[in-house]
Amino acid sequence: MKIAVLAVQGAFEEHEKVLWQLGAETMQLRKAADLEADFDGLILPGGESTVQGKLLRELSMLAPIRDRIGNGLPVFATCAGLILLAEHISGDDATHIGTLPVTVRRNAYGRQLGSFHYAEGSIKGVGNFPMEFIRAPYIERTAKCVDTLAAVEGHIVGVRYKKQLAVAFHPELAGDTRMHQYFLDMI
Amino acid sequence: MNRQYELNKELAQMLKGGVIMDVTTPEQAKIAESAGACAVMALERIPADIRTAGGVSRMSDPKMIRGIQQAVSIPVMAKCRIGHFVEAQLLEAIEIDYIDESEVLSPADDIFHIDKTKFRVPFVCGARNLGEALRRISEGASMIRTKGEAGTGDIAQAVHHMRMMNRTIAKVSSMREDELFDEAKRLCVPHALIQYVHENRRLPVVNFAAGGVATPADAALMMQLGAEGVFIGSGIFKSENPEKRAEAIVKTVTNYTDAAMIAKLSEDLGEAMVGINADEIELLMAERGK
Repeated sequence: MKIAVLAVQGAFEEHEKVLWQLGAETMQLRKAADLEADFDGLILPGGESTVQGKLLRELSMLAPIRDRIGNGLPVFATCAGLILLAEHISGDDATHIGTLPVTVRRNAYGRQLGSFHYAEGSIKGVGNFPMEFIRAPYIERTAKCVDTLAAVEGHIVGVRYKKQLAVAFHPELAGDTRMHQYFLDMI
Repeated sequence: MNRQYELNKELAQMLKGGVIMDVTTPEQAKIAESAGACAVMALERIPADIRTAGGVSRMSDPKMIRGIQQAVSIPVMAKCRIGHFVEAQLLEAIEIDYIDESEVLSPADDIFHIDKTKFRVPFVCGARNLGEALRRISEGASMIRTKGEAGTGDIAQAVHHMRMMNRTIAKVSSMREDELFDEAKRLCVPHALIQYVHENRRLPVVNFAAGGVATPADAALMMQLGAEGVFIGSGIFKSENPEKRAEAIVKTVTNYTDAAMIAKLSEDLGEAMVGINADEIELLMAERGK
């Protein structure tokens, strides 16, 4: 199985390392030509969503990625990736890929001093899971068809909609492969 | 180490593959953000102007920094003087996302760096070689950058520092375990950090390039030498067309091995910053804080 990892900016290598542990092959997407390759799933990693969104547009990758997700390509988005995937961004007219019917709030916990580790996290279908929130977003609203997988103190931080999986935290930094295994099992 | 330190190292991981730009006003911060900066660095004057003006350069006016924090949604960093732990306390009080304890400002202490373990907010520090990097990490830095020679537009020093770092890391990784004790003593760093480098063939924190980056090719050179991202100081706002140059460097850092793309991005950028050679200047900022 080959998983493409968006590698325009951010913590993409961390995802690749987890996938290698699970025996998956990976490739990096840095420009439009990279999208011509065959792959079975896509990861949108953490980083800065404004930068990633801008690069996706200007490197002509946004529309092709949106089309492939629309055609059923399984995608796993973390933190900034969730913002790229969301249909609405709270307080912002801009959207990026916009295929996941949720409203996401950027920097929802404030600046770096608001970043936190949540040891008691729990994810539907995965179990207890340690969660790192780094200048993280959370999900304010979801459409009815979206399945909520995880919430922390009343805020939604993990969802699944068809073949789209998205979380506000960083499973690639957890030292735990179960969330990535969950994604691979979706494919 | 505690949880906050882990979270602080992880924020640096999120900045990888990105460009952090020096700004002195909210207007510049907006230009940097819309050009694709993954963070901005607030300081009173950019290094090239510090060189021209001389005198003591300090942390920015907190009001200016707040203005920048309100103007952009990306992380906001700010510089404080080496050893000036009160400037750092002020930056923490206004909830800065990262503090650069920087040799670019006038050092406040000729011996001691800030004890960064006493802060919750993260620190990035400059280093010319592995010893400096590990000393800063042992003091609590959660991100490292090359010192280069700020405000010159001369990439030579940053190249030298990155090569020195890589060469020493390669040497430490190939040592026998029983040789690590002496190496730790020689570099004046804790054995545990040398052990980490030995086992992982890298620094325990993210390492960016900084000091002298002026063109897309400079940025790509540093990335190919192993930098995980790039700081740009005077290179943007001292050039003829800051927006265009900033955008070109952001795209270059993403595709740093694609020479055809970088050639295209390097066209018609206007004048780069004028630049001076590091060996033509009297003040070597990289010599500050070892």
